[in-house]
Amino acid sequence: MKSVPASDTNLRMVATLKLELKGITKSFGSLVANDRIDLVVEPGEIHCLLGENGAGKSTLMNVLYGLYEPTSGEILVDGQAVKFSGPGDAMAAGIGMVHQHFMLVPVFTVAENVALGRESTGLGGVLDLEQTRKKIREISAKFGFNVDPDAVIEELPVGVQQRVEIIKALVRDARILILDEPTAVLTPQETDELMDIMRQLTAGGTSIVFISHKLREVKAISDRITVIRRGKVVGTADPSASTTDLASMMVGRSVNLSLDKAPARPGEEVFRIRNLTVMSDDGTRLVDDVSFAVATGEILTVAGVQGNGQTELTEAVLGLHRHVRGSITLDGHELVGRSVRQVLDAGVGFVPEDRRIDGLVGAFSIAENLVLDLYGKKEFSRGSMMNRTAIAEHAARKIEEFDVRTPSAQAPADKLSGGNQQKVVLARELSRPLKLFIASQPTRGVDVGSIEFLHKRIVAERDQGTPVIIVSTELDEVLELADRIAVLFAGRLMGIVPGKSSRDLLGLMMAGLSADEARAQLSATTTLKGEPS
Amino acid sequence: MSTATSTVRDQLAVRSWKVPIAFGFMAAFAAVVFAVFGPDGRATFRLSQDSDAWQLPDLVLPAKITGIIAALGCVVLAAMSYLQTRTVGRTSRAVTSSFTVLFVAGFLIWIIGGTKTQNITLVGLSTGAMLIVTPLVFGSLSGVLCERSGVVNIAIEGQLLAGAFTAALVGSITGNAFAGLLAAAVAGVLVGFMLAAFSIKYLVNQIIVGVVLNVLVAGLTGFLFEKIMKIKVGGATIYNQPPHLPNLPVPLLSEIPIIGPTFFRQSILGYLMLVLVAGIWFALFHTRWGLRIRAVGEHPQAADTMGINVNRTRFLNVLAGGAVAGVGGAYFTLVAVSSFSKDMTGGLGFIALAALIFGRWNPIGAFLAAMLFGVAGNLKSILQLAVTPVDGQFLAMLPYALTILAVAGLVGKSRAPAASGVPYVKG
Repeated sequence: MKSVPASDTNLRMVATLKLELKGITKSFGSLVANDRIDLVVEPGEIHCLLGENGAGKSTLMNVLYGLYEPTSGEILVDGQAVKFSGPGDAMAAGIGMVHQHFMLVPVFTVAENVALGRESTGLGGVLDLEQTRKKIREISAKFGFNVDPDAVIEELPVGVQQRVEIIKALVRDARILILDEPTAVLTPQETDELMDIMRQLTAGGTSIVFISHKLREVKAISDRITVIRRGKVVGTADPSASTTDLASMMVGRSVNLSLDKAPARPGEEVFRIRNLTVMSDDGTRLVDDVSFAVATGEILTVAGVQGNGQTELTEAVLGLHRHVRGSITLDGHELVGRSVRQVLDAGVGFVPEDRRIDGLVGAFSIAENLVLDLYGKKEFSRGSMMNRTAIAEHAARKIEEFDVRTPSAQAPADKLSGGNQQKVVLARELSRPLKLFIASQPTRGVDVGSIEFLHKRIVAERDQGTPVIIVSTELDEVLELADRIAVLFAGRLMGIVPGKSSRDLLGLMMAGLSADEARAQLSATTTLKGEPS
Repeated sequence: MSTATSTVRDQLAVRSWKVPIAFGFMAAFAAVVFAVFGPDGRATFRLSQDSDAWQLPDLVLPAKITGIIAALGCVVLAAMSYLQTRTVGRTSRAVTSSFTVLFVAGFLIWIIGGTKTQNITLVGLSTGAMLIVTPLVFGSLSGVLCERSGVVNIAIEGQLLAGAFTAALVGSITGNAFAGLLAAAVAGVLVGFMLAAFSIKYLVNQIIVGVVLNVLVAGLTGFLFEKIMKIKVGGATIYNQPPHLPNLPVPLLSEIPIIGPTFFRQSILGYLMLVLVAGIWFALFHTRWGLRIRAVGEHPQAADTMGINVNRTRFLNVLAGGAVAGVGGAYFTLVAVSSFSKDMTGGLGFIALAALIFGRWNPIGAFLAAMLFGVAGNLKSILQLAVTPVDGQFLAMLPYALTILAVAGLVGKSRAPAASGVPYVKG
C-alpha cells in the first residue's frame, strides 16, 4: 500500500463535472426497477450507492451509462440535460463505468481492450496500438498500476483486470467513474489498494459513484451515501452513521447483523481429504495437494478469492470432476471414484455455487425441485410413476419449514427471488439424513433477511452434529460462520486458522502467503507502526 | 497485489492414449497392406506435364520396397508416440506430422503401384483438387466472417447452391459471366439476409435457421431447375448455358512445376480466392474492423459498452459472408462445369464448415484445411483406376472420414469464438 503525496495527484487536471439525476424511472414491463430516483454527484466526491442485491443500483447505473433508456426522468451534466442513446454518448459526456463483471475480451491484450471502440489507425484502417500502449504506460506509472500493455487479459489476475477497466475509463477522459461492486473479487489488501486509487482519482478531480452493499467499505471510503431500497431512494446518510443504522435503512427494518452461535463442540473427524489434486483436461492443477479433515459438529469455511480451486474442491467431493487424485473419505468410506448418486446416498448434502445453473431446474415447479434427489425413492413414486400427492405434501411441509415466500408450490422455481430459490435448494439438501453438508456461496445474491435465515439453518445443522463445509468468497460470511477457516490460493491450501482470525491475516493468506508467513508479516508491520517516529 | 497466479501443469496425469492407439492400428494396417501385400513393380510420380516450360524428371519408386520402408517408419513412429505419451504425456507434433506424411505416402504408392499403368501425374491430382478446394475456401471464408462476429453459419451449403444456380441462370440470360458472378453474390447475400434477420433480429436458433435455409434453397433451386432450366428452344436448353470465366495464366509464375498449374492457371475466381484468404486474414487481425468484429464475437457486452453496435456488426458480417459464399457457388457453374444440375454442391458447404473448424477460425488455417480435404476428395479419381482389394467407392469416403476426425477434435483442440452462436440481447 502506498500513500501518494498531494502534489502527485495534481498531474491530472481535468474539468470537474457535476452530475444530477432527476426523477429517473426505469420499468421492465410491469416491474419497476427504478422509481423516480433523484441523485446528485458533486465534483470530486465519492458518492456511495448503498442497497441490497436487486434494489436497483445496477439498473440505475446502466441508465446513466446509456445501456438502458430511462422510462422517464432526466440526466443533467453540469446543469445541461443530456440524452444518451448508447454508452458511446455517456463516454463522450465524461462518464466511465467499471462493471461488476468485467467488460474485457479475455483473448485480447490489454492494449487491444483499451483501444477497442476508439482505435487509432493508419492507412486503410490498419491498427496502430502504439499510442494506446503509451497512454497505458503513462496512466500505469502515475497510479502505480504495473500493467503491461501487451499482456493477454485471461492470463491476468482479477485485481489487475480491474485496473485495466479503470485505465479504459481514464483513457476516455472519464470525469465521473462508476464502480459497480468493485470489491467483490478482491482480497482485503487489494480492496485497500483500490480505495487508495479512488482517493487519488478524486484528488485529481474525478468524481466516483461507488456501488456496494458492504457497509464497512461504504463507511470507509464515501463522502456521501445514498440508500436505495426496492428501486426507490430511501434517504441519504453520512459515512459516520452507525453500521446498524445503515443496515436498517438498506433493509427497511432493524436487522441483527451478528449471528448468535454457540461455540462448536467438535467430535470425531469423520470427513477427511488426503493429498487431493484436481486437474483440468490440459493438466493444470486446479486443486493442488490439499489435505484437511472436518469433525462432526463444526463448520469449516473455505476462504479465497473466486477461482482459486474452491469450485473444483467441492466438485471433486461430489464426484463431478474427471481428473481427481488422492483420497476423500467419509466415515472411512472412500468417495473418489464413486458416482454422484453413490456420494449422495453416502449422506452428502451439497449446495452448488450457482443455484440457477446447478441448483435448480428453473422451469420445474418448486415441488418438483424439492424432490430432484428423491423422486426415485419409494415414498415419492408408485412404480415408475411419480406420486404427486406425496410430492405435494412434502413441498407444503418444506415451504412452511424453510419460510419460502411463494404464491404456490406449483410455481416454477425461476420465478422466485434469489433468497427464496436458495431456501428451496437448502430445503432439498437438508431433507435427507446427512453425514456431511457442503454449501458453496450459500448467500450470494441473496437479500439480508434470507441471509439471516440461511445462516441460522446452517448453524442448526452443525449443532445436530453434521460436519459442515462452507465455501465463500465473502469474508464477512466466512468470519460469521466459521469455527475454523481454510484458505485456498491457486489451488493450494495456505493453512487452516481459527474462526476468529483477523481480516488482515486472511487477506494475506488469500494473496498467497502461508499462515506462518502471513503472521510474520503482520507482526513486522505492527512493530513498524508501533514505533514512534 | 497478488503475484501472477502460478499454475502447475501436470500433463502426465491427464494423458490420453488415443493417439498412440490410433497410430498403432494404422501402423499395423500399413505393415500388412503396404509391406506384406504391397504391389510389385514401380510407382511413377509424374511431376511435370508435357506442356510445361521446365520439365522435371519423373519420380520412380520401387513400390514394394518403398511400401516396406513407409510401413517400418509408421511402426517406429507409433512406438515413439507410445513412449512420448508414457514419459511426457503427449505425442509431439513432429511425430504426428511425420506419421501422417509417411502413411499418406505409403498409401499413395500402394494405390499407384496397384493400378495398371502404375503412374500418376501429381499435377493432375493437385489441379483436380482445386475444383473442390476453390468452393470450399469460399465457403470457409464465409464461415469465418460469420462466426468471428458470433453467428454460426450452417447455411453455407445453401449459399453455395444459390450462387451456383443464380450464376448459371443470369449468366445464360445475359451471356455475360461477370453478370452471373455478380448475381451469385446477390443470391448469397439474400440467403445471408434471411439467416441474419431470423437469428439476429428475431433470435431464432441459428442452427435451425441455417438447416432450414439449406433445405429451402435446395428445394427452390431444384424446382426452378425443373421449371426454367429445362425449357428447350430449338432443341437446346437456353437458360442453362452459362458462359465460362476464362483462364488467365500468370506469366512466369504459371510455369513453376506443380505450383504453377495448381495456383496460377486459374480463372479470376481462383485468384480472388487467394486475395480473399490473405485479405480477410490481414483485416481480421490487423485492422480496426477486425478488432471490432473479434470483440463482438468474443464478448459482445464488452463491445457494446465501448460503443460498438453489436447486432449491426453481426448483420453486416453475415451479409458479407453470404456474398463470399455466393461467389464461391458461382465457381461450380462458371468454371468447374458449364451447367447447373440439381444439388450440385453435394455437401461441400458442410465440409467447408469442417475446414473452418479444422483451420481454427483462421482464414489461412481454413485454406490449408480445405487444401487437405480437396486432395483427399480428389483421390477418388485415381482410386477408381486402382486394382485394390478394397472397393474404390469405399475408399472414396476418406475425405468424409477426415472431416469427422477434424470435427471431433482429434487433430487438435480448437477454440471457437466465445460468443459464436449466442444471440446478443441488451441488458
